[in-house]
Amino acid sequence: MTAIDLPAAGALKSAAVPRVVRGYSNPYLAGIGLGLVLLAAFVLVGRGLGASGAFASAAATVSTVIAPDATHNNAYFARYLGVDGKPTVDWLVIELTGVIIGGLVSASLAGRLHATIERGPRITDRARLVFAFAGGAIMGVGAMLARGCTSGQALTGGALLSVGSWLFMIAAFAAAYAVAPFLKRAWL
Amino acid sequence: MTAPFTEFGYFSNGATLGLALVIGIAFGWFLERSGMGSARKLAGQFYLRDLTVFKVMFTAILTAMLGVFWLGWIGFVDISRIYLPETFLAPQLVGGLVFGAGFALGGLCPGTSCVSAATGRIDGLFVVFGMFAGVLSMGLLFDKFSTFYDSTGRGAYTLPQLLHVSYGVVVFGIVIVAIAGFRGAEALERRSARRV
Repeated sequence: MTAIDLPAAGALKSAAVPRVVRGYSNPYLAGIGLGLVLLAAFVLVGRGLGASGAFASAAATVSTVIAPDATHNNAYFARYLGVDGKPTVDWLVIELTGVIIGGLVSASLAGRLHATIERGPRITDRARLVFAFAGGAIMGVGAMLARGCTSGQALTGGALLSVGSWLFMIAAFAAAYAVAPFLKRAWL
Repeated sequence: MTAPFTEFGYFSNGATLGLALVIGIAFGWFLERSGMGSARKLAGQFYLRDLTVFKVMFTAILTAMLGVFWLGWIGFVDISRIYLPETFLAPQLVGGLVFGAGFALGGLCPGTSCVSAATGRIDGLFVVFGMFAGVLSMGLLFDKFSTFYDSTGRGAYTLPQLLHVSYGVVVFGIVIVAIAGFRGAEALERRSARRV
């Protein structure tokens, strides 16, 4: 897919990060591409995409290395381990490894591979990293409770018309919009 | 009915895992192409300045939803054999609210944080670390809230069942809502472009 310039509105106007978002694909074309990938997953392997499940699988693996017995007796982690209590090669872990490779290759071909810290113009790098870690941890809690995230629930379950997935999606965006005004300093 | 292919035994376990890698690479490619690895771009969604997230997500949902619907219609795909995430009303409502707050703070979701980290963004890597810490902590504390986690289960529960209308009517309704949403998104972006 060729890179199509977004209209000016697509670019966040701010100075902290000199790199602007020019060069990204048309969002509707990229969305169709993403939808076809999801459809291919449905047709080929009978399941959708995911991300948070791979984190759970990795957490179960780490936990079982540190405390094998406790992990085996943990009702949540046990489901990510094989019958013998050993970590299994999980579909989602391989898929998410693919996501990392795909993102890396795409960015590299588009000349967008740079070590940076993206942040709003009014906060420090350190504050941004603290917010990033805290935001990630809070999402981890939410995704764990909801049995999935934007990939496994919103995209996958959304396309399959699952009630719980739509409930998750609406709740997540409602909360994000409710919290965003308090976080203006971090982003704008 | 011939698909899903794994359900009908066309693929071995190894082939299925190989497909996981290929599908993942394509997923990561399109996320990066659309700019979803950029936290500031994603955060723009919550200030109505950049609605790329909405446009990409809903175009993807429409594409896959219509694809499954039509392939089911012509008898190529057995929709009942595609794994449908189960519904647990209370934990998914609460989980969604918590998740959304974290999304606005971190600026990335779990999948896009991996793309962000893979493209050199340190903040993306910290979202990945945080996400891992969150899931690990919740797993370790699972006993404390396992009752809530498994409460209000509805099994495989779909919008057509909830609304008592046919699958096609729900698909049509979502397409209409999404098209209205796309028009609204374009109007909002034009407005905020004038204001900046």
